[in-house]
Amino acid sequence: MKKTKKSKISIISPNGHLGFAPTKEESFFIGAETKPDYYCCDSGSDDIGPVPLGADKSASHPDHQYHDLELMLLKSREQNVPMIIGSAGDTGTNSRVDMFVDFIRDMAKKHNLKPFKLAYFYSEVDKEYLRTKMLNGEKIEGLNSRSELTLEELDKTTRIVAVAGVHPFIKALEMGADVIIGGRSSDACVFAAPVIYEGLPENVAYYSGKVLECASFCCEPYGAKESVIGVVTNEDVKVTAMAPFQRCTISSVAGHAMYERSNPYYEYVAGGCLDMSECVYEQYDERTCRITGAKFLPIDGRMKVKLEGSGFVGKRFMGMAGVRDPYTIKNIDQVIDWARSQVAERFPDGNYKLSYRVFGKDGVMGDLEPIKETKAHELLIVVEGVADDAKTAEEVTLIGTRQVFYARLPEVKGTAGTAAFILDEVIPISDAYIGRWIIRSR
Amino acid sequence: MGKTKLVDLAKTIRSKNAGTDRITFDIIFKEKEKYELVKKSGVLTRETVANLFSIPENRIVDFVEFDPAFAIKFTITRLQPSGSFGEGDVFGCQQYPPLYDIEVPAID
Repeated sequence: MKKTKKSKISIISPNGHLGFAPTKEESFFIGAETKPDYYCCDSGSDDIGPVPLGADKSASHPDHQYHDLELMLLKSREQNVPMIIGSAGDTGTNSRVDMFVDFIRDMAKKHNLKPFKLAYFYSEVDKEYLRTKMLNGEKIEGLNSRSELTLEELDKTTRIVAVAGVHPFIKALEMGADVIIGGRSSDACVFAAPVIYEGLPENVAYYSGKVLECASFCCEPYGAKESVIGVVTNEDVKVTAMAPFQRCTISSVAGHAMYERSNPYYEYVAGGCLDMSECVYEQYDERTCRITGAKFLPIDGRMKVKLEGSGFVGKRFMGMAGVRDPYTIKNIDQVIDWARSQVAERFPDGNYKLSYRVFGKDGVMGDLEPIKETKAHELLIVVEGVADDAKTAEEVTLIGTRQVFYARLPEVKGTAGTAAFILDEVIPISDAYIGRWIIRSR
Repeated sequence: MGKTKLVDLAKTIRSKNAGTDRITFDIIFKEKEKYELVKKSGVLTRETVANLFSIPENRIVDFVEFDPAFAIKFTITRLQPSGSFGEGDVFGCQQYPPLYDIEVPAID
């Protein structure tokens, strides 16, 4: 913690997921004009699925990441205040941290910035480290009713990151960092860390993180990628929309507590839980909401850290087929059974995976779709084929797609082909991965 | 006694991933009266939601009436983590439309 305590600190949050889509500049510059004490932004998400973590790549475009970092770096250096980034490059793997660090170094040169202290930390966890712990009898708990981690599951996992709390960020601030690039982090902690470092209570610190992490998602009307500013004191958090067309209202801020969370009252991070069940929301001024009553409950016993793991499933191809004949549409399940049978005939060992999503029927919702009979006059069938090697995956997908064209239906009148192709080919796409998220004690 | 559809009463009806294993649904009202009407009507419960989506009730892991936001919120488990092989909605954000047509009886 800092020696001299502040009674009030302000933080700008320019983007709910740095780099995923570019930060809107107008509201960012309006926010920067108020001279915030910190520039904070989270760059991560588990929304993007297990592929980026497994394949060690970003979901965001590098030009968007560079753009968003550059806005923050130039303004924070101009004011000589810290800039803090969490979950570099979507996944927070070591390569993503290195990439962001390189971006910052490049910008410093490009803009001829005065020397500043750049801190960064890694989050990848070595499989062998976990294996040794497990062989020594340590249990690695499953998250969300998953079972505990087994050695077989660990073997199937390609890459693992640990999700940081406030701790490495506070450490970097104590070391005098001007710019911090974090590995995988809880989004709220990117904001809570400087508040705690400045000596304000954990209650307001974690709440400020919770409300600021998604930037303008706590505003109305809806409009992403706009800046918001949080002002934190010992008693309260005030959050203000910076985009001229937006406001932070009781309804928008309370509504945001629910966003992307199973339950609107509790937010879990490494080291404890933010309890929002007694939060009080007030309209402070036209564009500002004031929140009091949040409580941080430190964990009883050993701290738990969330681990995110992603495991390679196979090489993957995709094919697409359109259907317009009403008789074929009516019998689409039979068509798919036929195509599946043709793949099975070619690969009797069954060493592949084949998925059909039928858009126009239940392609979006699958088993959750209440409408069982399609009323569509045309369908798009998306075929996904996975196998250990690319050659097999391609052939599985090709047969699985092309046989929609050769479907054998007893009364079909269109005997020259039962499917329309956008492309008479299948497309290699990202390898398939599966998320194996786990949690452990430290 | 007249009936109104949920889509005509709510300001926001949405779904979204809550982590990789769950999808959460939010039904948010602008007016307290409409929120209270739906809350008291009994048309949105663990049971009605499970029926609508044809899922067992144990797949609904949270069901909350959230007064500060005039909102009803429930969360279901996915059968496999988001972005797995065979995915149809990586972000889970297009699973809400069946809620639109839920009929809410008006209070006389």
